[in-house]
Amino acid sequence: MASGFSAYLRRDLLLAYRRRGDAASPLIFFIMVSTLIPLGITPESARLAEIAPGIIWVMALLATLLSIDAIFANDYQDGSLEQLLISPHLLAMPVLGKTAAHWMVTGLPLTLASPLLGVMLSLPAQGYVPMVASLALGTGCLSLIGSVGAALTVSLRKGGLLLSLLVMPLYMPVIIFGSATVQSAIDGFAWSGPLAILGAMLAASIALCPLAAAGALRITSVN
Amino acid sequence: MNWLSNLSPSWQWFHRLGSPRWFYQTTGRWLPWLSLLAFTLLSAGLVWGLAFAPQDAKQGNSFRIIYLHVPASFLALAGYYIMAIAGAVGLIWKMKLSYMLMKSAAPIGAALTFLALFTGAVWGKPTWGTYWVWDARVTSMLILLFLYLGVLALQYAFHSNDAGNKASAILALVGTVNIPIIYKSVDWWYTLHQPATIKFTSAPSMHPDMFQPLLVMILGFYCFYTVALFLFTRAEILCRERKSVWVKELAMAREQS
Repeated sequence: MASGFSAYLRRDLLLAYRRRGDAASPLIFFIMVSTLIPLGITPESARLAEIAPGIIWVMALLATLLSIDAIFANDYQDGSLEQLLISPHLLAMPVLGKTAAHWMVTGLPLTLASPLLGVMLSLPAQGYVPMVASLALGTGCLSLIGSVGAALTVSLRKGGLLLSLLVMPLYMPVIIFGSATVQSAIDGFAWSGPLAILGAMLAASIALCPLAAAGALRITSVN
Repeated sequence: MNWLSNLSPSWQWFHRLGSPRWFYQTTGRWLPWLSLLAFTLLSAGLVWGLAFAPQDAKQGNSFRIIYLHVPASFLALAGYYIMAIAGAVGLIWKMKLSYMLMKSAAPIGAALTFLALFTGAVWGKPTWGTYWVWDARVTSMLILLFLYLGVLALQYAFHSNDAGNKASAILALVGTVNIPIIYKSVDWWYTLHQPATIKFTSAPSMHPDMFQPLLVMILGFYCFYTVALFLFTRAEILCRERKSVWVKELAMAREQS
């Protein structure tokens, strides 16, 4: 069972490494869009500091959304998804492996780059550690929930936009507790509570989302 | 599936439920009575609530929109469960009929959610001084509307009915994870919105004179919802079974009469 997980994790990481350009674009998007905020709203650091936690979280969400349909789309087009479906593994394990690879290629770089954005948006000093911690857990949730949407829309020609519509309502609890973690740290409150809820969401997503995505793949990829 | 009906008579209703034809004929007999009941309850509740219930001490007459707002919100939430359960039954027992019910429940639920949001906005203006507040319950109602729209969009994105049914059933089930959060959101965040007025565990914090017409309206909305669900599902049955003999016979009989 674990072999299905690690085999697909390794395979997708290798594929991402070979196509480094694709893998970098969510990160570049994340940084570029955040430059629009001072241009569009205000360059004043006091007001930027107020909205920085929310902005960084929204940007991370959008960057994940942009790349999430690639989880299964390439495999669907070149036919390797069908090979996966007839393999003897419990389908959820390879799906979990692919999702983990997606997180390592998008969520993890976003998390690591977020302090840079924090500096650019003048995030108060006490917000950095909670931001990195909440993004590390939260982007995992985003990848896992997104994998269900990606599996549901894999066979549709214009699936990308529909995928965002399906997945965004499911992302809302994550973003609420993600930015609440950073905000309560900035306001001087304990931030372990919202972070713990994010952790609970991640645990529930790891348990449930691969099963739902596997079920969805069996249904949608046959036609 | 023959063993199912041989097993015991108590399973027969479940077996029959899978037949669109049986559903069509049975609901055809129920519909006039149900419609009459819904009409009576709704008109009685409306007249009672709008004309005879006492004024609210603080909100005056503006509180009377509660007689539309609360039943619509009730059914918007219950409708999502009905849709998700119908989808789950379809996935588990592979019943055509429950997919048709699920597909019919989505637009009705979306319309009721919109009605709840709209009446809430109209009510918010005199009481909170603004049409829209980013409050927990208002926001979760909006998320519920998005969930409904997602199920609808996914249903129609597929060319084959079968794939659309199963995919939106999975999405509806995934979305049910959000429903407890909607209910709990009132406890999680303290906001402008008043806490839930009607609780099943304790007596309502409303005066009985105001509460009784509300109860009638809620019952009326349930009947109305059932009527709407039956009508939508019957149309869906006719559309999907248009090549079957019994639908053709039905159409011929209509034409002759």
